[in-house]
Amino acid sequence: MSKLLVSPSPHIHSKDTTRRLMLDVLIALMPAILCSILFYGFRQMDVIAVSVISCVLLEWAITKFMLKKPSTIGDLSAVITGILLGMNLPYTTPWWVVFVGSVLAIGVAKLSFGGLGQNIWNPALVGRVFLLVSFPTYMTTWKDPQALFGLDAISSATPLGAVQEGLLQGLSVKDIMASGGYNYADMLLANLGGSSGEVCAIALLVGWLYLCIRKVIKPWITLSIFASVALTALIFWGINPDRFTDPLFNLLSGGLILGACFMATDYVTSPMSVWGGVIFGAGIGFITMMIRYFGSYPEGVSFAILIMNSVVPLINMGFKQKKFGRK
Amino acid sequence: MSKHTFSIGGVHPHDNKISRECPIEQLPLAPSVYLSVAQHIGAPSVPVVAVGDKVKVGQVIAEPGGFVGAFIHSSVSGTVKSIGPRADLAGRLSTHIEIAVEGDEWLEGIDTSDTLVTAIPEDPKAIIDKIRLGGVVGLGGATFPTHVKLSPPPGSKCERVIINGCECEPYLTSDFRTLLEKGEQVVVGAALLKKAMGDVPCTIAIEENKPEAIAHIREVIAKLGYSGIDVMVMKMMYPQGGEKQLIDAVMHRQVGSGALPISVGAVVQNVATALAVYDAVQKNKPIVDNSVTVTGECFPKQANLLVRVGTPLRYIIDYLGGVPEEAAKIISGGPMMGRAVANLDAATVKGTGALLFLTEKQTRRAPETHCIRCGKCADACPMGLEPFLLNKLSKAKDWDACEANAAQDCIECGCCLYSCPAQIPLLDNIRVGKGFVLSAIRARAAAAKAAAEAAKK
Repeated sequence: MSKLLVSPSPHIHSKDTTRRLMLDVLIALMPAILCSILFYGFRQMDVIAVSVISCVLLEWAITKFMLKKPSTIGDLSAVITGILLGMNLPYTTPWWVVFVGSVLAIGVAKLSFGGLGQNIWNPALVGRVFLLVSFPTYMTTWKDPQALFGLDAISSATPLGAVQEGLLQGLSVKDIMASGGYNYADMLLANLGGSSGEVCAIALLVGWLYLCIRKVIKPWITLSIFASVALTALIFWGINPDRFTDPLFNLLSGGLILGACFMATDYVTSPMSVWGGVIFGAGIGFITMMIRYFGSYPEGVSFAILIMNSVVPLINMGFKQKKFGRK
Repeated sequence: MSKHTFSIGGVHPHDNKISRECPIEQLPLAPSVYLSVAQHIGAPSVPVVAVGDKVKVGQVIAEPGGFVGAFIHSSVSGTVKSIGPRADLAGRLSTHIEIAVEGDEWLEGIDTSDTLVTAIPEDPKAIIDKIRLGGVVGLGGATFPTHVKLSPPPGSKCERVIINGCECEPYLTSDFRTLLEKGEQVVVGAALLKKAMGDVPCTIAIEENKPEAIAHIREVIAKLGYSGIDVMVMKMMYPQGGEKQLIDAVMHRQVGSGALPISVGAVVQNVATALAVYDAVQKNKPIVDNSVTVTGECFPKQANLLVRVGTPLRYIIDYLGGVPEEAAKIISGGPMMGRAVANLDAATVKGTGALLFLTEKQTRRAPETHCIRCGKCADACPMGLEPFLLNKLSKAKDWDACEANAAQDCIECGCCLYSCPAQIPLLDNIRVGKGFVLSAIRARAAAAKAAAEAAKK
């Protein structure tokens, strides 16, 4: 001892750090990534790798040369944005499209708002929605992951896309489902056209459970989205099963699970209180279903989350924690 | 697993009670002791001895400076050497009475034997008066004069006495050792407090990480045959030993903002205070010593010491082998709420419960990063506050908004800063806001009082 440290209490700290939390999210995403390798081979990995490398490089370059601030890539949040963006893109996406998505995610949605913690919208979703609107051809052509390593891949629409097209042609939902050969076991375990993020529901749910057990996130937002989607679908499907798809189909399709487990639960862009989270989730579920049933895009999770992101400050104001000993 | 705990927030730091097997050991007398006249909440005491006076152990050397005040007794026998300013552990000056130790002669009338006196006096007033004369203050950390707490304002009524044996701070073991080694005295002390408050029920709350203490106290209660005293086993949770949290956990009642525990019918006293009450009432022995845990992974010898009040910290540390090389911070108290020691020449006070040695690695704060709005601070806050918000408001110097968001309710337990993954110094900033809000509230109360008096005339 040469000098004594003197500082205010508390004198110890929990082991939680931002980096540690992000590392847990990375671990939680691993089952889904492994599944996508299993079904698509390493081609989906190319997209994810390009996305991660561009996100991290962009964050490093922008903080260093434009903002002239200490680098923040060590907190791993850019890696997660990269993975989530990559998982949301078809494996056929050209590398430069992926890069443009990263610029939107990191450069526009994240760093121009002040970096981690300051952004209003989920960066990966902003990147994805930008690409969806700007490059619809690349973004909506999927190939069936029919064989290991995708040897016999055929180009097809996603289940939601097929339903929308079919409805436009005047077919009933039942006929479309039958002709597409969709069944729920396949949807749960992974045999559909879609990005790797949509490919294996079970793998995503395992990762989500890990995050809940590690207390990184609370389950309420995700459960509220599921409940809201199921309830909305139940009502419409109950009224007209020929025109509207059923609840289970909606829960298992179109990136809903990825969105509900990993995108809507992003700390920065979701409400802090439990009841705030429930309202937030209910809004996402309802808007998703409205877009799916009545919108011009076949799926709506990304839009729904971004819309609800915008009202988070309002929700936070409305749902305060009950204070000790106060009414 | 016990389910009894408070209803909002809380954290689970590792309890690190590495000194739990060390019996309480008497520390040899220091050559001189230094007794501060300001070692309790309230008015500083007024010295009643002069330089050169001979004093005995237990003799009054300073009298209360007001209703909220306490007697201070000499903790040693010897000669008063000086009365003057001396730095406390933070380096702040206050009046200390220095006494050079000569022998160990106790004042007549103090029962220094080990005989257990179990007969409870009939008159509550007599009990409270003896507690006052014994200079008893709350030894759980706040050092609020006990006799004041036991004299509820007219109109309020005590419904339950709670003895706080949670010791929820990591590392601390002096209350645990006291429960094990002086369980009988603590239980008699609890019976005295119960009697003083009008024979209300009494609960001794102990966290479940102290099973030996729980079993022992249950045995002692059965053996002594007091009725209306029970043991409640609490779930491990910090800050359970906080007064408001403990009342919530035991009685399911929440003390309002700015209100006293008695407003919900509760009186809380710490285990060490119950022992001091026993000593003062049954043995005529005022507070002259208290148990201090000396601990830390980097400290070579863990110990629980019975230390005379006013012993210099350096003397205690040297007795156990000196400050280890790796120690970077010495804390008086626990790691969550204790105060960092800046001055090793400072002397112990009645409320000193522990000296904790932490290495730089254990205590260094990592650099602050951006708030990621995870809400962990709000989840951890046992008062249901929003530390992330108060932090911002406090930094913006918006004291009105701080008050509207209840910065004044903060109990400074440290849960927010402890749990923040971005290492934001939440509590440091909130303390500033709380200070401004409290002084604004006091100023308003004073102005209202003055206006009321002016209106009367």
